[in-house]
Amino acid sequence: MSLLSVIMQAAPAVADYAPIAKMGAGIGAGIAVVGAGLGIGNIGKGAVESIARQPEAVGDIRSNMIVAAALIEGVAFFAIVVCLLILFV
Amino acid sequence: MFAGVTYANEPENSEKVAGEEKEFNAGEMIIDHIVDAHEWHIATLGHTHVAIPLPVILIDDGKIITFMSSRFHHGTEAYNGYRLMMEGKSKGRIVKVLDDGVTVDEAAGQPLDFSITKNVVSIFISVILLCLVFISIARRYKKHPGAPKGLQSMLEPLILFVRDDIARPAIGEKKYQKYMVFLLTVFFFIFFTNLLGLIPFMPGGANVTGNIAVTMVLALFTFVITSVSGNKNYWKHIINAPGVPWWLKFPLPLMPIVEIIGVITKPFVLMVRLFANMMAGHIIALGFISLIFIFSAMNPWGASISIVSIIFYIFMGLLELLVAFIQAYVFTLLSALYFGMATEEHHAPEGEHTH
Repeated sequence: MSLLSVIMQAAPAVADYAPIAKMGAGIGAGIAVVGAGLGIGNIGKGAVESIARQPEAVGDIRSNMIVAAALIEGVAFFAIVVCLLILFV
Repeated sequence: MFAGVTYANEPENSEKVAGEEKEFNAGEMIIDHIVDAHEWHIATLGHTHVAIPLPVILIDDGKIITFMSSRFHHGTEAYNGYRLMMEGKSKGRIVKVLDDGVTVDEAAGQPLDFSITKNVVSIFISVILLCLVFISIARRYKKHPGAPKGLQSMLEPLILFVRDDIARPAIGEKKYQKYMVFLLTVFFFIFFTNLLGLIPFMPGGANVTGNIAVTMVLALFTFVITSVSGNKNYWKHIINAPGVPWWLKFPLPLMPIVEIIGVITKPFVLMVRLFANMMAGHIIALGFISLIFIFSAMNPWGASISIVSIIFYIFMGLLELLVAFIQAYVFTLLSALYFGMATEEHHAPEGEHTH
Protein backbone atom coordinates (compact mmCIF):
# COMPACT_ATOMS: atom_id res chain seq x y z
CA MET A 1 0.00 0.00 0.00
CA SER A 2 2.91 2.38 0.48
CA LEU A 3 3.40 2.55 -3.29
CA LEU A 4 -0.22 3.56 -3.68
CA SER A 5 0.15 6.30 -1.07
CA VAL A 6 3.23 7.61 -2.88
CA ILE A 7 1.29 7.80 -6.13
CA MET A 8 -1.69 9.42 -4.38
CA GLN A 9 0.61 12.12 -3.04
CA ALA A 10 1.83 12.89 -6.53
CA ALA A 11 -1.65 12.96 -8.02
CA PRO A 12 -3.05 16.29 -6.73
CA ALA A 13 0.19 17.98 -7.75
CA VAL A 14 -0.32 17.42 -11.46
CA ALA A 15 -2.99 19.47 -13.16
CA ASP A 16 -4.07 16.75 -15.56
CA TYR A 17 -3.49 13.07 -15.39
CA ALA A 18 -2.07 12.59 -18.85
CA PRO A 19 1.54 11.86 -17.78
CA ILE A 20 0.38 9.33 -15.20
CA ALA A 21 -1.88 7.79 -17.82
CA LYS A 22 1.13 7.38 -20.08
CA MET A 23 3.05 5.71 -17.29
CA GLY A 24 0.10 3.42 -16.76
CA ALA A 25 0.15 2.54 -20.44
CA GLY A 26 3.82 1.61 -20.22
CA ILE A 27 3.31 -0.53 -17.14
CA GLY A 28 0.30 -2.24 -18.72
CA ALA A 29 2.25 -3.12 -21.85
CA GLY A 30 5.07 -4.50 -19.72
CA ILE A 31 2.79 -6.73 -17.69
CA ALA A 32 1.07 -7.98 -20.85
CA VAL A 33 4.42 -8.95 -22.32
CA VAL A 34 5.31 -10.85 -19.13
CA GLY A 35 2.11 -12.85 -19.50
CA ALA A 36 2.80 -13.61 -23.16
CA GLY A 37 6.37 -14.63 -22.36
CA LEU A 38 5.25 -17.04 -19.65
CA GLY A 39 2.59 -18.55 -21.91
CA ILE A 40 4.78 -19.03 -24.94
CA GLY A 41 7.60 -20.32 -22.74
CA ASN A 42 5.27 -23.00 -21.46
CA ILE A 43 4.32 -23.95 -24.99
CA GLY A 44 7.97 -24.22 -25.92
CA LYS A 45 8.68 -26.39 -22.90
CA GLY A 46 5.82 -28.75 -23.69
CA ALA A 47 6.76 -28.93 -27.35
CA VAL A 48 10.43 -29.62 -26.75
CA GLU A 49 9.67 -32.28 -24.15
CA SER A 50 7.25 -34.06 -26.47
CA ILE A 51 9.76 -33.98 -29.31
CA ALA A 52 12.27 -35.57 -26.97
CA ARG A 53 9.80 -38.30 -26.12
CA GLN A 54 8.82 -39.04 -29.72
CA PRO A 55 11.18 -37.60 -32.32
CA GLU A 56 9.19 -38.83 -35.30
CA ALA A 57 6.29 -36.51 -34.47
CA VAL A 58 8.43 -33.40 -34.94
CA GLY A 59 6.39 -31.98 -37.86
CA ASP A 60 3.02 -32.21 -36.12
CA ILE A 61 4.33 -30.88 -32.84
CA ARG A 62 6.08 -27.98 -34.52
CA SER A 63 2.96 -26.79 -36.38
CA ASN A 64 0.79 -27.09 -33.28
CA MET A 65 3.34 -25.16 -31.27
CA ILE A 66 3.39 -22.32 -33.79
CA VAL A 67 -0.40 -22.12 -33.94
CA ALA A 68 -0.71 -22.00 -30.16
CA ALA A 69 2.01 -19.36 -29.95
CA ALA A 70 0.22 -17.20 -32.53
CA LEU A 71 -3.04 -17.41 -30.60
CA ILE A 72 -1.39 -16.43 -27.32
CA GLU A 73 0.40 -13.55 -28.99
CA GLY A 74 -2.99 -12.41 -30.25
CA VAL A 75 -4.17 -12.05 -26.67
CA ALA A 76 -1.05 -10.13 -25.66
CA PHE A 77 -1.58 -7.82 -28.59
CA PHE A 78 -4.99 -6.87 -27.24
CA ALA A 79 -3.26 -5.30 -24.27
CA ILE A 80 -0.70 -3.62 -26.53
CA VAL A 81 -3.50 -2.09 -28.61
CA VAL A 82 -5.20 -0.74 -25.49
CA CYS A 83 -1.92 0.80 -24.30
CA LEU A 84 -1.30 2.36 -27.71
CA LEU A 85 -4.80 3.81 -27.56
CA ILE A 86 -3.94 5.43 -24.24
CA LEU A 87 -0.73 6.88 -25.63
CA PHE A 88 -1.94 8.17 -28.94
CA VAL A 89 -5.66 8.83 -28.66
CA MET B 1 20.76 -6.76 -46.38
CA PHE B 2 20.11 -4.62 -49.42
CA ALA B 3 16.51 -4.08 -48.40
CA GLY B 4 17.70 -2.91 -45.01
CA VAL B 5 20.08 -0.40 -46.56
CA THR B 6 17.52 1.06 -48.95
CA TYR B 7 14.97 1.28 -46.19
CA ALA B 8 17.40 3.31 -44.12
CA ASN B 9 17.51 5.99 -46.78
CA GLU B 10 13.81 6.52 -47.10
CA PRO B 11 12.79 7.83 -43.68
CA GLU B 12 15.85 10.09 -43.47
CA ASN B 13 14.91 11.92 -46.63
CA SER B 14 11.32 12.24 -45.60
CA GLU B 15 12.21 14.08 -42.42
CA LYS B 16 14.25 17.01 -43.78
CA VAL B 17 11.23 18.95 -44.93
CA ALA B 18 11.43 22.01 -47.18
CA GLY B 19 13.71 24.59 -45.59
CA GLU B 20 14.18 24.06 -41.88
CA GLU B 21 15.99 21.05 -40.50
CA LYS B 22 13.38 19.91 -38.04
CA GLU B 23 14.58 17.87 -35.14
CA PHE B 24 14.05 14.20 -35.73
CA ASN B 25 10.83 13.15 -34.00
CA ALA B 26 10.79 9.38 -33.97
CA GLY B 27 7.22 8.97 -32.72
CA GLU B 28 5.81 11.28 -35.37
CA MET B 29 7.82 9.65 -38.15
CA ILE B 30 6.63 6.19 -37.16
CA ILE B 31 2.99 7.23 -36.96
CA ASP B 32 3.23 8.97 -40.35
CA HIS B 33 4.46 5.77 -41.95
CA ILE B 34 1.79 3.60 -40.34
CA VAL B 35 -1.36 5.56 -41.12
CA ASP B 36 -3.14 5.98 -44.40
CA ALA B 37 -2.40 9.05 -46.52
CA HIS B 38 -3.90 10.88 -49.48
CA GLU B 39 -0.66 10.71 -51.47
CA TRP B 40 2.04 8.10 -51.85
CA HIS B 41 5.17 9.74 -50.52
CA ILE B 42 8.33 8.29 -52.03
CA ALA B 43 11.24 10.52 -51.04
CA THR B 44 12.18 14.05 -50.15
CA LEU B 45 15.27 15.15 -52.06
CA GLY B 46 16.49 18.33 -50.40
CA HIS B 47 13.57 20.71 -50.69
CA THR B 48 11.31 18.82 -53.02
CA HIS B 49 8.85 16.19 -52.00
CA VAL B 50 8.66 13.32 -54.42
CA ALA B 51 5.20 11.92 -53.98
CA ILE B 52 2.50 10.46 -56.14
CA PRO B 53 -0.73 12.39 -55.63
CA LEU B 54 -3.82 10.25 -55.41
CA PRO B 55 -7.39 11.14 -56.33
CA VAL B 56 -9.62 12.57 -53.64
CA ILE B 57 -13.29 11.61 -53.81
CA LEU B 58 -15.59 13.33 -51.36
CA ILE B 59 -19.32 13.02 -50.89
CA ASP B 60 -20.67 16.15 -49.27
CA ASP B 61 -24.43 16.62 -48.89
CA GLY B 62 -25.06 14.18 -51.69
CA LYS B 63 -22.69 15.81 -54.19
CA ILE B 64 -19.67 13.87 -55.40
CA ILE B 65 -16.53 15.99 -55.63
CA THR B 66 -13.31 14.66 -57.14
CA PHE B 67 -9.91 16.20 -57.58
CA MET B 68 -6.26 15.23 -57.24
CA SER B 69 -4.72 15.57 -53.81
CA SER B 70 -1.86 17.60 -55.25
CA ARG B 71 -4.22 20.59 -55.04
CA PHE B 72 -3.82 20.46 -51.30
CA HIS B 73 -0.07 21.14 -51.58
CA HIS B 74 0.63 18.98 -48.53
CA GLY B 75 -1.91 20.75 -46.39
CA THR B 76 -0.71 24.29 -46.98
CA GLU B 77 -3.57 25.39 -49.22
CA ALA B 78 -7.28 24.95 -49.21
CA TYR B 79 -9.04 23.89 -52.40
CA ASN B 80 -12.67 24.47 -53.18
CA GLY B 81 -13.57 24.83 -49.53
CA TYR B 82 -11.71 21.75 -48.34
CA ARG B 83 -8.43 21.48 -46.54
CA LEU B 84 -6.19 18.63 -45.52
CA MET B 85 -5.40 19.05 -41.84
CA MET B 86 -1.79 18.40 -40.91
CA GLU B 87 -2.01 18.89 -37.16
CA GLY B 88 -4.47 18.67 -34.38
CA LYS B 89 -7.24 16.27 -33.74
CA SER B 90 -8.28 15.89 -37.37
CA LYS B 91 -4.77 15.21 -38.57
CA GLY B 92 -4.71 13.56 -41.96
CA ARG B 93 -8.41 14.16 -42.60
CA ILE B 94 -10.16 16.47 -45.00
CA VAL B 95 -12.36 19.10 -43.41
CA LYS B 96 -14.47 21.92 -44.72
CA VAL B 97 -13.08 25.42 -44.26
CA LEU B 98 -14.73 28.80 -44.42
CA ASP B 99 -14.09 31.24 -47.23
CA ASP B 100 -10.79 32.52 -45.91
CA GLY B 101 -9.34 29.07 -46.49
CA VAL B 102 -7.84 28.68 -43.04
CA THR B 103 -10.40 28.48 -40.27
CA VAL B 104 -12.18 25.21 -39.96
CA ASP B 105 -15.90 25.30 -40.51
CA GLU B 106 -17.06 23.88 -37.20
CA ALA B 107 -20.74 23.88 -38.05
CA ALA B 108 -20.49 21.72 -41.16
CA GLY B 109 -19.99 18.04 -40.78
CA GLN B 110 -17.00 16.24 -42.15
CA PRO B 111 -17.45 15.21 -45.78
CA LEU B 112 -17.55 11.48 -46.45
CA ASP B 113 -14.15 10.51 -47.70
CA PHE B 114 -14.14 7.85 -50.42
CA SER B 115 -10.71 8.82 -51.77
CA ILE B 116 -8.31 6.45 -53.40
CA THR B 117 -5.77 6.60 -50.60
CA LYS B 118 -2.41 4.84 -50.25
CA ASN B 119 -3.96 1.74 -48.73
CA VAL B 120 -6.60 1.53 -51.46
CA VAL B 121 -3.93 1.69 -54.15
CA SER B 122 -1.96 -0.99 -52.33
CA ILE B 123 -5.03 -3.22 -52.14
CA PHE B 124 -5.52 -2.73 -55.89
CA ILE B 125 -1.88 -3.70 -56.50
CA SER B 126 -2.30 -6.77 -54.32
CA VAL B 127 -5.50 -7.79 -56.11
CA ILE B 128 -3.90 -7.32 -59.54
CA LEU B 129 -0.95 -9.43 -58.42
CA LEU B 130 -3.28 -12.15 -57.13
CA CYS B 131 -5.30 -12.18 -60.35
CA LEU B 132 -2.18 -12.29 -62.55
CA VAL B 133 -0.60 -15.12 -60.61
CA PHE B 134 -3.62 -17.30 -60.15
CA ILE B 135 -5.24 -16.84 -63.54
CA SER B 136 -1.97 -17.74 -65.22
CA ILE B 137 -1.60 -20.80 -62.99
CA ALA B 138 -5.17 -21.91 -63.74
CA ARG B 139 -4.59 -21.57 -67.47
CA ARG B 140 -1.36 -23.52 -67.22
CA TYR B 141 -3.13 -26.34 -65.41
CA LYS B 142 -5.73 -26.56 -68.13
CA LYS B 143 -3.25 -26.61 -70.97
CA HIS B 144 -0.60 -28.91 -69.52
CA PRO B 145 -2.09 -31.57 -67.29
CA GLY B 146 0.62 -33.46 -65.50
CA ALA B 147 3.61 -32.40 -63.46
CA PRO B 148 3.60 -28.70 -62.56
CA LYS B 149 6.37 -26.38 -63.70
CA GLY B 150 7.52 -22.93 -62.71
CA LEU B 151 5.05 -20.70 -60.87
CA GLN B 152 2.63 -23.61 -60.46
CA SER B 153 5.15 -25.63 -58.50
CA MET B 154 5.83 -22.69 -56.17
CA LEU B 155 2.20 -22.17 -55.25
CA GLU B 156 0.84 -25.69 -55.51
CA PRO B 157 2.19 -26.75 -52.08
CA LEU B 158 0.52 -23.71 -50.51
CA ILE B 159 -2.82 -24.36 -52.21
CA LEU B 160 -2.74 -28.03 -51.21
CA PHE B 161 -1.72 -26.98 -47.71
CA VAL B 162 -4.83 -24.81 -47.42
CA ARG B 163 -6.99 -27.66 -48.68
CA ASP B 164 -5.49 -30.58 -46.78
CA ASP B 165 -4.35 -29.01 -43.54
CA ILE B 166 -6.85 -26.23 -43.05
CA ALA B 167 -10.11 -26.89 -44.88
CA ARG B 168 -10.47 -30.65 -44.75
CA PRO B 169 -9.72 -31.26 -41.05
CA ALA B 170 -11.74 -28.25 -39.92
CA ILE B 171 -14.84 -28.46 -42.08
CA GLY B 172 -15.04 -32.13 -42.91
CA GLU B 173 -14.77 -34.16 -46.09
CA LYS B 174 -18.31 -33.61 -47.30
CA LYS B 175 -18.67 -29.85 -47.12
CA TYR B 176 -15.26 -28.29 -47.47
CA GLN B 177 -15.53 -27.66 -51.23
CA LYS B 178 -17.97 -24.78 -50.84
CA TYR B 179 -15.69 -22.82 -48.56
CA MET B 180 -12.44 -23.40 -50.43
CA VAL B 181 -12.97 -20.30 -52.58
CA PHE B 182 -13.21 -17.98 -49.59
CA LEU B 183 -10.44 -19.69 -47.63
CA LEU B 184 -7.99 -19.62 -50.53
CA THR B 185 -8.79 -16.01 -51.33
CA VAL B 186 -8.44 -14.80 -47.78
CA PHE B 187 -5.24 -16.77 -47.20
CA PHE B 188 -3.47 -15.51 -50.29
CA PHE B 189 -4.79 -11.97 -49.98
CA ILE B 190 -3.51 -11.64 -46.41
CA PHE B 191 -0.23 -13.37 -47.26
CA PHE B 192 0.52 -11.28 -50.35
CA THR B 193 -0.55 -8.03 -48.70
CA ASN B 194 1.61 -8.73 -45.66
CA LEU B 195 4.58 -9.51 -47.88
CA LEU B 196 4.06 -6.37 -49.95
CA GLY B 197 4.01 -4.35 -46.74
CA LEU B 198 7.51 -5.56 -45.93
CA ILE B 199 9.05 -4.16 -49.11
CA PRO B 200 10.32 -0.66 -48.32
CA PHE B 201 9.71 1.01 -51.68
CA MET B 202 6.94 1.42 -54.25
CA PRO B 203 4.82 -0.63 -55.07
CA GLY B 204 5.08 -2.22 -51.65
CA GLY B 205 5.50 -0.59 -48.32
CA ALA B 206 1.95 0.41 -47.51
CA ASN B 207 0.67 -0.77 -44.18
CA VAL B 208 -2.55 -2.38 -45.42
CA THR B 209 -3.31 -5.21 -43.00
CA GLY B 210 -2.13 -2.99 -40.16
CA ASN B 211 -5.17 -0.84 -40.85
CA ILE B 212 -8.08 -1.82 -38.68
CA ALA B 213 -10.64 -0.99 -41.35
CA VAL B 214 -9.19 -3.61 -43.71
CA THR B 215 -9.06 -6.35 -41.09
CA MET B 216 -12.54 -5.40 -39.92
CA VAL B 217 -13.90 -6.05 -43.40
CA LEU B 218 -12.14 -9.42 -43.59
CA ALA B 219 -13.49 -10.44 -40.19
CA LEU B 220 -16.94 -9.21 -41.23
CA PHE B 221 -16.83 -11.55 -44.22
CA THR B 222 -16.02 -14.45 -41.94
CA PHE B 223 -18.84 -13.48 -39.60
CA VAL B 224 -21.38 -13.18 -42.40
CA ILE B 225 -20.42 -16.49 -43.99
CA THR B 226 -20.51 -18.25 -40.62
CA SER B 227 -23.93 -16.88 -39.77
CA VAL B 228 -25.41 -17.52 -43.20
CA SER B 229 -24.17 -21.09 -43.37
CA GLY B 230 -25.12 -21.91 -39.81
CA ASN B 231 -27.54 -24.77 -39.83
CA LYS B 232 -30.28 -25.49 -37.33
CA ASN B 233 -27.89 -27.45 -35.12
CA TYR B 234 -25.57 -24.44 -34.82
CA TRP B 235 -28.26 -22.00 -33.75
CA LYS B 236 -29.74 -24.59 -31.40
CA HIS B 237 -26.40 -24.86 -29.66
CA ILE B 238 -26.26 -21.10 -29.25
CA ILE B 239 -29.77 -20.33 -28.10
CA ASN B 240 -30.57 -23.53 -26.28
CA ALA B 241 -27.45 -25.54 -25.67
CA PRO B 242 -28.29 -29.15 -24.89
CA GLY B 243 -26.83 -30.58 -21.74
CA VAL B 244 -26.82 -27.23 -19.90
CA PRO B 245 -28.96 -27.07 -16.71
CA TRP B 246 -32.29 -25.28 -17.12
CA TRP B 247 -31.66 -22.71 -14.43
CA LEU B 248 -28.88 -21.15 -16.55
CA LYS B 249 -31.38 -20.49 -19.30
CA PHE B 250 -34.78 -19.77 -17.87
CA PRO B 251 -35.26 -16.71 -15.62
CA LEU B 252 -32.14 -14.98 -16.80
CA PRO B 253 -30.79 -16.51 -20.02
CA LEU B 254 -27.14 -16.52 -19.04
CA MET B 255 -25.92 -19.24 -21.38
CA PRO B 256 -27.57 -17.78 -24.50
CA ILE B 257 -26.15 -14.33 -23.65
CA VAL B 258 -22.67 -15.75 -23.24
CA GLU B 259 -22.97 -17.70 -26.48
CA ILE B 260 -24.20 -14.67 -28.42
CA ILE B 261 -21.33 -12.59 -27.06
CA GLY B 262 -19.09 -15.42 -28.24
CA VAL B 263 -20.54 -15.20 -31.74
CA ILE B 264 -19.54 -11.53 -31.90
CA THR B 265 -16.18 -11.75 -30.17
CA LYS B 266 -14.77 -14.53 -32.31
CA PRO B 267 -14.56 -12.48 -35.52
CA PHE B 268 -13.61 -9.42 -33.43
CA VAL B 269 -10.59 -11.28 -32.09
CA LEU B 270 -9.66 -12.28 -35.64
CA MET B 271 -9.69 -8.62 -36.60
CA VAL B 272 -7.61 -7.41 -33.67
CA ARG B 273 -5.06 -10.23 -33.91
CA LEU B 274 -4.20 -9.54 -37.53
CA PHE B 275 -4.25 -5.77 -37.10
CA ALA B 276 -2.08 -5.68 -33.99
CA ASN B 277 0.46 -8.19 -35.30
CA MET B 278 1.02 -6.32 -38.54
CA MET B 279 1.04 -2.84 -36.98
CA ALA B 280 3.45 -3.95 -34.27
CA GLY B 281 5.76 -5.43 -36.88
CA HIS B 282 5.88 -2.18 -38.83
CA ILE B 283 6.40 -0.11 -35.68
CA ILE B 284 9.30 -2.30 -34.59
CA ALA B 285 10.97 -2.12 -37.99
CA LEU B 286 10.58 1.66 -38.15
CA GLY B 287 11.75 1.96 -34.56
CA PHE B 288 15.02 0.17 -35.23
CA ILE B 289 15.73 2.44 -38.16
CA SER B 290 14.84 5.54 -36.15
CA LEU B 291 17.43 4.48 -33.57
CA ILE B 292 20.07 5.37 -36.14
CA PHE B 293 18.74 8.90 -36.53
CA ILE B 294 18.21 9.45 -32.83
CA PHE B 295 21.73 8.42 -32.04
CA SER B 296 23.31 10.37 -34.87
CA ALA B 297 21.41 13.48 -33.81
CA MET B 298 23.00 13.24 -30.40
CA ASN B 299 26.55 12.74 -31.60
CA PRO B 300 28.08 12.38 -35.11
CA TRP B 301 29.76 9.11 -34.07
CA GLY B 302 26.33 7.88 -33.09
CA ALA B 303 25.80 6.86 -36.70
CA SER B 304 27.90 3.79 -35.97
CA ILE B 305 24.86 2.36 -34.18
CA SER B 306 23.63 1.71 -37.72
CA ILE B 307 25.51 -1.59 -37.81
CA VAL B 308 23.66 -2.88 -34.77
CA SER B 309 20.42 -1.42 -36.06
CA ILE B 310 20.77 -3.05 -39.47
CA ILE B 311 21.52 -6.41 -37.88
CA PHE B 312 18.46 -6.09 -35.64
CA TYR B 313 16.37 -5.04 -38.61
CA ILE B 314 17.49 -8.06 -40.64
CA PHE B 315 16.54 -10.32 -37.76
CA MET B 316 13.20 -8.60 -37.28
CA GLY B 317 12.60 -8.64 -41.02
CA LEU B 318 13.04 -12.41 -41.16
CA LEU B 319 10.75 -12.75 -38.18
CA GLU B 320 8.22 -10.55 -39.97
CA LEU B 321 8.33 -12.87 -42.96
CA LEU B 322 7.42 -15.74 -40.66
CA VAL B 323 4.73 -13.65 -38.98
CA ALA B 324 3.26 -12.70 -42.38
CA PHE B 325 2.74 -16.36 -43.19
CA ILE B 326 1.61 -17.34 -39.70
CA GLN B 327 -1.00 -14.59 -39.49
CA ALA B 328 -2.47 -15.59 -42.84
CA TYR B 329 -2.48 -19.22 -41.70
CA VAL B 330 -4.09 -18.49 -38.32
CA PHE B 331 -6.79 -16.25 -39.84
CA THR B 332 -7.67 -18.90 -42.43
CA LEU B 333 -7.53 -21.75 -39.92
CA LEU B 334 -9.84 -20.02 -37.46
CA SER B 335 -12.26 -19.04 -40.22
CA ALA B 336 -12.33 -22.67 -41.36
CA LEU B 337 -12.93 -23.82 -37.78
CA TYR B 338 -15.86 -21.42 -37.44
CA PHE B 339 -17.33 -22.66 -40.72
CA GLY B 340 -16.86 -26.22 -39.52
CA MET B 341 -18.63 -25.48 -36.25
CA ALA B 342 -21.45 -23.77 -38.14
CA THR B 343 -22.09 -26.73 -40.42
CA GLU B 344 -21.59 -29.53 -37.94
CA GLU B 345 -24.06 -32.37 -38.04
CA HIS B 346 -25.96 -33.44 -34.99
CA HIS B 347 -24.13 -36.01 -32.90
CA ALA B 348 -25.97 -38.65 -30.91
CA PRO B 349 -26.42 -37.53 -27.32
CA GLU B 350 -23.67 -38.46 -24.90
CA GLY B 351 -23.99 -41.80 -23.16
CA GLU B 352 -23.90 -42.16 -19.41
CA HIS B 353 -20.97 -40.54 -17.73
CA THR B 354 -18.17 -42.98 -17.17
CA HIS B 355 -15.68 -42.04 -14.50
